[in-house]
Amino acid sequence: MCSMISMQIQIDGCGKNGGAWFNLREADVSFDHPFNAPFEHALNIDFVNEAQGPGARVAVELSADSARALVAAIQQVLERAEQGGFLEKQAV
Amino acid sequence: MYQTDMYEGVIAETVMLRGHNGDWINAYCARPLGPGPFPGLVLAHHMPGWDEWYKEVTFRFARQGYITICPNLYFRSGHGSPEDVAAKARAAGGIPDDQAVGDLEGAARYLRALPTLNGKVGVWGTCSGARHAYLSACRTQVYDAVADLWGGRVVMRPEDLSPNQPVAPLDYTADLKIPLLGLFGEQDFGPTPEQVTVHEELLKKLNKTYEFHMYANAGHGFFYHNRPAYRQEQAVDGWNKVFAFFEKYLKTTR
Repeated sequence: MCSMISMQIQIDGCGKNGGAWFNLREADVSFDHPFNAPFEHALNIDFVNEAQGPGARVAVELSADSARALVAAIQQVLERAEQGGFLEKQAV
Repeated sequence: MYQTDMYEGVIAETVMLRGHNGDWINAYCARPLGPGPFPGLVLAHHMPGWDEWYKEVTFRFARQGYITICPNLYFRSGHGSPEDVAAKARAAGGIPDDQAVGDLEGAARYLRALPTLNGKVGVWGTCSGARHAYLSACRTQVYDAVADLWGGRVVMRPEDLSPNQPVAPLDYTADLKIPLLGLFGEQDFGPTPEQVTVHEELLKKLNKTYEFHMYANAGHGFFYHNRPAYRQEQAVDGWNKVFAFFEKYLKTTR
């Protein structure tokens, strides 16, 4: 089914799509039908810049287990970066 | 029945029509060549969008003798690849039900204005499109038959209601006045077989004209030949049931 489970957060960063980088402004996270991954449902993340239109999008479609592993890896890497004193150097 | 010495022709093209609130939206329309008259079909596309699969199906129905139109229900989300546009609609929690119903009704009225129409129009959809097709069939009086293929969220819990989807389609069932075909898979998570049973019990109680078919060894989207969910045997049988249903209710003049 279409779960309609989705949420959007504001982000700062860059994404690469079709060989060109662009500024990212939003991340859309959903658990719903993927377009390509071979699952009925997937954890989908669309890194987008809505102001630039629907084509300004970098997409990933992950299994639930992969998504949880990714979250854990991101947390661990950020903790190490924080412990190393790197985060303060990345003032946005 | 088709014979190999018969002439065949279909023209398929993008057209514009007035949808919800009188807004212009685009649609893919495929129609058999010839004087007709032909029955009409409105296709409500699924969550992955106004995509290649729906264009193929639009063409397929036209080859079966239906003037078939598939409105772009995500027109207002902007333009780009179907996936990018659908992703934008997904991020918004889907499109408002009222908007989908209005756009589908506009497509039906577009068909009804064609001189080659036989006066009959059906509506067909899969997944969220099936939900929209069912909603549209209940809430408007522009169709003669409706097919719901594994439409999820027809039966909804109160906590699933949202500003875009404020009323469960099931709650409009009393207003359904046309025959309904439903195709479902036993392994589907939405609609689950239990939800299909809830729907069917209400249809029985209200004495509606319907036929439901529940397929074994099939889940959600078992017609989608480009997805792992495809089930050849069930899809072939399902297509035959779809064509037989519309033949009965749209091609014959009663």
